[in-house]
Amino acid sequence: MNLTQTAAELRATVIGMSHAKKCPHLGSALSCLDILTALYGSVLRIDPQQPDDPNRDRFILSKGHAAPALYATLHRFGFFPDEVLGRFNEDGAELAEQPSPGCVPGMEAATGSLGHGLPIGLGLALAAKIQARGYRVFVCLSDGECNEGSVWEAAMAAPALHGAWGRGLDNLCAIVDYNKLQATGRSNDILNLPDLAAKWRAFGWNTVEVDGHDLDQLVKELSATRPGRLSDQAKPRAIIAHTVKGKGVPFMEDDNNWHYRIPKAEEVEQAKRLLGVAK
Amino acid sequence: MRNAFRDAVYAWAKRDDRVVLLSADIGNRMFDAFKADFPDRFYNVGVAEQNMIGLAAGLAMAGLRPVCYTIANFTTYRVIEQIRIDLCYHHQPVIVAGVGGGLSYATLGSTHHSCEDLGMLRALPGMDVLTPGDPPEVTACVALAQQKSDGPTYIRLGKKGEPPIHQDVPTLSPATWITMSGSDPSADVELFSCGTVLPVAIEAAKQLREQGTAVTLRSCVSVKPLDASAMRQAFQSARLVVTLEEHSTLTGFGSAVAEWKTDRERSEPLAAHLLRLGTPDAFLHRTGSQAYARQITGLTPDAITQRVTETLAATPATPRR
Repeated sequence: MNLTQTAAELRATVIGMSHAKKCPHLGSALSCLDILTALYGSVLRIDPQQPDDPNRDRFILSKGHAAPALYATLHRFGFFPDEVLGRFNEDGAELAEQPSPGCVPGMEAATGSLGHGLPIGLGLALAAKIQARGYRVFVCLSDGECNEGSVWEAAMAAPALHGAWGRGLDNLCAIVDYNKLQATGRSNDILNLPDLAAKWRAFGWNTVEVDGHDLDQLVKELSATRPGRLSDQAKPRAIIAHTVKGKGVPFMEDDNNWHYRIPKAEEVEQAKRLLGVAK
Repeated sequence: MRNAFRDAVYAWAKRDDRVVLLSADIGNRMFDAFKADFPDRFYNVGVAEQNMIGLAAGLAMAGLRPVCYTIANFTTYRVIEQIRIDLCYHHQPVIVAGVGGGLSYATLGSTHHSCEDLGMLRALPGMDVLTPGDPPEVTACVALAQQKSDGPTYIRLGKKGEPPIHQDVPTLSPATWITMSGSDPSADVELFSCGTVLPVAIEAAKQLREQGTAVTLRSCVSVKPLDASAMRQAFQSARLVVTLEEHSTLTGFGSAVAEWKTDRERSEPLAAHLLRLGTPDAFLHRTGSQAYARQITGLTPDAITQRVTETLAATPATPRR
């Protein structure tokens, strides 16, 4: 599979969904689409035909406002049919602007209120240790989400939790979609976010920084989440993914108006041309 | 009640290897036996209650049966959104236990009182709210919560050292209260005691009977769901139903009973009047023991007896069925 092409097509799908269903947070969805493409296209061990397999890898999109990106990705990788995606954000539909629990196969958690995904992911990762299962848990957070105290409660717990199975959750990977913008301004200015990588490192995480739009780098670093090495200090993994809000469409990139703005029909067409997606 | 809870959770964990106990840095030495016997199923998650609830949700999603334990105010107010979303919205069978419910930790000041917790939690869809009144009822409530598989349960505990009132552990069914004494269909007063005030209610019932007032006393261990059968019987046969709780009269157990009655009294013969006794809509700014706190909030046997007697005197007799 050509992941670059897949990511471009998913971007076009998400932009179309935003326009057709008047759904905001487009910039946030485009920001994390390469992360999702790398995960579902290459990294995650999930069979869409067995979405409840207890040994599956888990992914939680903690930045739930970017849910259209996850919906489009799950749909693309065969978790649910066209008509479900087609009903997105309509009255009575399965898929809301931000997901409800179990709304479609493959949706591990309802998110949308920030700061919930990492604690839940931590619980799933701890359960794997208790039950001696080999699955991994990936949680994607936004940089603005790192304003939430609960993120740091979980960040402090993940390297410290210990039981008969050992110490530290090396089966947990947090990915921060670090696009430097949150709802109303620059995330590095609103609160003292920098040095974000140093913060995760100081909290005890095995932390790397990547270009969050470089699919090869993403696949390599996400795949490096390998639990089970015998160690008294097995660390959870943090990937600080430097991204651009609105990535892929030059007139949306790093422009925070696209946190809430809905694209017009001609902007959708223009975006598709710029993405090189014909349909 | 605290030790009864510890023992009940231990016994459950011994039978069921899905049970995982989470403590938010509380219960020093209390869980030593649990830790020793189940070292991969006890986690001190630190003074980080939000993470405790989210973590519990994740454990439950993977098929485990987490129990979250800390002081009632921290395990409710502090984490109400985590309980709402992570547990209730996701239908996760997690037991949230709060020790020091109501005015149990009166001396610690209002930061450690929980007189609004029942109202907050019973408002959440899918949440069950249990309020044991003595140690054997704690054991019974833990057993009842184990049976629920599609959502969370809040168990509001007192503190340690309350004497047992029941000789044996009562068997509880969902939405069922316990008739403590005087199940007389012609009783003037039905006294509904909720949770930690049960010993006070017993004494008040005794005083009322000494005055010649027939009283039926129930321990209302389930605030959500309520016992509709018991309420129907009480409101149809008594002159006065009295709710008693260490909780604000706003939103708590008495409020739940009032809601139930209001919704039905036009279509059912629910003639009895309702008197709701609880704590005021205020913080307590003077320190004191639980006995002191009960005294200044009117939750003593003498004060209850007086309020009930006055109310009965002012309550016109209602036609009985």
